[in-house]
Amino acid sequence: MIHLEYFLIVSAIMMAAGIFGFLTRRSTLAILLSIELMLNATDLNFAVFNRLLFPDGNEGFFFALFSIAISAAESAIAIAIMINIYRHIKDISVEKLQQMKW
Amino acid sequence: MDSHNIAFVILAVIVSCMSIMTVATKSIMRSATYLFFTLLGTAGLYFLLGYTFLGAVQIMVYAGGIIVLYVFAILLTRGVKDKLSENSVAKIVSAGLLSLVGLGVFLFLFMTYQFKAQVLTAPTESILSMDTIGTALLSADEKGYLLPFEVVSLLLLACIVGGLVIARKR
Repeated sequence: MIHLEYFLIVSAIMMAAGIFGFLTRRSTLAILLSIELMLNATDLNFAVFNRLLFPDGNEGFFFALFSIAISAAESAIAIAIMINIYRHIKDISVEKLQQMKW
Repeated sequence: MDSHNIAFVILAVIVSCMSIMTVATKSIMRSATYLFFTLLGTAGLYFLLGYTFLGAVQIMVYAGGIIVLYVFAILLTRGVKDKLSENSVAKIVSAGLLSLVGLGVFLFLFMTYQFKAQVLTAPTESILSMDTIGTALLSADEKGYLLPFEVVSLLLLACIVGGLVIARKR
């Protein structure tokens, strides 16, 4: 007897933890880790809504699939930017990023 | 209390605790490790739902690819020094209050809204066959996902080129 609400509670906890980390972290990489948490919570919601509310269609399944692909692309680009920033100013914490020029 | 309920409780506890530990720990390396366990637990929830392909994709792309990328980036940028305790107490308290209020609103809405949902009876095998997934991904009719599939391939190509251009030595 696993209800829809139980899955939603788990993903809501994940989302709140991601928001907390996004607000408190200093390092940009740690902020990216929090963004991954939030994206993961939304993916879980897509899959659960599809499975338990609309079991006839597959839309949530494919949305979660494409969302995983897009978040992979996003984190690859973001990490490239972080490494480039580190080459220039030797620090990736947010308070040191006053100017973003080449 | 059958085995699916026990599996769900274990996975839910793992996912909740590990996602809180991800944002509460002091070392960013540990944070990445806890995020790894969160993603594995989410993959377990997908398996429990019967979406075995989605769970396999989650393990391969997230746990196998993205976390390794993050660990390399953390080691390359000496981000190990990131401290949560450098924040002022007022900032931590206000951020915690904000996320707790958000969590409370979410939980209130979930509990009061009467979902017309089924109760999950966990299947013993995948409910979506690979045949269905492959046909839906590559068909262009109203149930098909050919256009998003091609757009994602273009996005990944642009991402490869962009990553190389941004991160190259000059």
